[in-house]
Amino acid sequence: MDASLIAYLAFFLTVALSYAVLTLGLNVQWGLTGVFNVGVAGFVLAGAYTSALLTTPPVEGAPGGLGLPIAAGWLAAAVLTGALSLGVGILTMRLRSDYLAIATFGFAVVIHLAALNLEGLTGGPFGISFIPRPFASLAGNGLAFGLANLALMAALVAALWLVLERLKRAPWGRVLRAIREDEDAARSLGKNAVRFRLQAFALGGAVMGLGGAASAHFIGFIAPQNYLPILTFQVWAMLIVGGSGSNLGAVLGAVLVWGIWAASGAAVDLAFPPGAQARAASLQIVLIGVSLCAILLARPRGLVGQRFRRKPPQG
Amino acid sequence: MNPQALIDGLIAGAMIGLGAIGVTLTYAILRFANFAHGEFITTGAYLSLAIAGALAATLGAVAPLSPFSITWVLVLAFAGAMAGTGLVAILLDLALFRPLRRRGASVIITVIASFGASLALRSLIEFVFTAKPAYFTRELQIAMPLFGGMRATPDQLLILGLTVVLVVATHLLLTRSDAGRAMRAVAEDPALAKVCGIDVERVVRLTWLLGGALAAAAGISAGLLVQVRPTMGFDLLLPLFAAAILGGIGSVPGAMLGGLVVGLCEAMAAQTVGAEWRAAVSFVVLIAVLALRPRGLFGVRA
Repeated sequence: MDASLIAYLAFFLTVALSYAVLTLGLNVQWGLTGVFNVGVAGFVLAGAYTSALLTTPPVEGAPGGLGLPIAAGWLAAAVLTGALSLGVGILTMRLRSDYLAIATFGFAVVIHLAALNLEGLTGGPFGISFIPRPFASLAGNGLAFGLANLALMAALVAALWLVLERLKRAPWGRVLRAIREDEDAARSLGKNAVRFRLQAFALGGAVMGLGGAASAHFIGFIAPQNYLPILTFQVWAMLIVGGSGSNLGAVLGAVLVWGIWAASGAAVDLAFPPGAQARAASLQIVLIGVSLCAILLARPRGLVGQRFRRKPPQG
Repeated sequence: MNPQALIDGLIAGAMIGLGAIGVTLTYAILRFANFAHGEFITTGAYLSLAIAGALAATLGAVAPLSPFSITWVLVLAFAGAMAGTGLVAILLDLALFRPLRRRGASVIITVIASFGASLALRSLIEFVFTAKPAYFTRELQIAMPLFGGMRATPDQLLILGLTVVLVVATHLLLTRSDAGRAMRAVAEDPALAKVCGIDVERVVRLTWLLGGALAAAAGISAGLLVQVRPTMGFDLLLPLFAAAILGGIGSVPGAMLGGLVVGLCEAMAAQTVGAEWRAAVSFVVLIAVLALRPRGLFGVRA
């Protein structure tokens, strides 16, 4: 294989693994706990902007630009997004499950609006550029730079995997699954369902924020238009294709769906003349939307997922 | 504050209210938050455009019905689009929601499916009609002075009047007719309604037809007063949910009142905080309702 192909594969896998971080976060919320988040894009945005503002080099007259190390940005992104998720969760977790869906959807709308409108802080529609990239000293050598970043992203996914897999098997994870399967039974054993759900929701949000920060540093610039509802939808499609409840499914689904997405994008580029490509891109989204619905109908467990046994509401 | 905000808010609120009635009805009878409802609004607007285009091609140019900017061709197209959107809603149910219901899928699976359907429908509309904004009419309208320094165009007043007629008709249908009684019975308890001989699937079809038609009316209003865009309905989704929850799930007058409150709050925020924050208003309303009175104004405790 020649070097440019390997470099492209490294790039492809790094992006796919950055989605896998988001999918792992969603799996904590939805797969393990059965808590519904339609605002994934908002939490990813919050993480990306937090880390970008803390780590970009100082600019005269502009806020942010603290020039902190990348690791500090990642950490702050996870902490802040976790806290934001906790806030949204506290307001809605006691209510009907789909009220949380609506509230998270609204959260994503508002945080996107804030990124667009608070121009002094966020750069408005133009976003933030010059976000420091890991291994920037290797940037002269495309292949080494790409492989080093792939290794970093893979290490992040592996670390999250170990922690989340451990948590899933720990008593904490068993309580979550018990609540998901039969909340009344779990409560009768003295488990505080609302509190456990809140913890899982905040943890999942923190993982998504971390994923947002990781991909922002990999790409090097961010703008509000990267965090539209289509992102939420992609992450959902990945988790459902892979199989919710399973961390393996979350990662497999991310790589597979990102592969299909990239391949169908390339096919659209080949099949349509340049003038019609924007239009054809919407056809690509139609196909993905229809396939998600088809999977929900035909194989709701996904590739490797657990059977979802939450009882339908009574009455 | 400028008194004009009152008129602007009422008109925006009327559109939100029309859409929110559909949301609240599907929520009460089918028991899930339908994220594809915004796309019914968009579908209604684009169906009107398509029907009006086809009619105009066969009939030639027609003079507008003074003092309004619309022609009777458009009026026909609007009626056709309301029926057509109701049909689209029923077809979506047949293809997606009914199989999920049959299988006893959980609420949340159904909500995700509606999220997927929303994205697919919106992108399909964008593919067919492109993302370029479209207009029902190019007629210019002069705003007439009303009382208290407020102004409104004839079209705006027409939309307000039409909204009142539709809301009253829907309310009467639900409270005074057998079909409406059946709908309320299914909302109360589907199993019991079935035992009493109510055809639940028929009630479900009627709900989609009604919700789709009212959504189309909202889309027609938005298209007439602003413009027709593929994202017009999706942008209204959060205000629709806020209005439906504020009014209380299942309550038609509540949804309408909730829509007016959200519309007025948006207009006031546009004047005080700035129009670029308009979209955040529904979120604030939503969070306030969920924190203070989650069952809404006219809702019953779940």
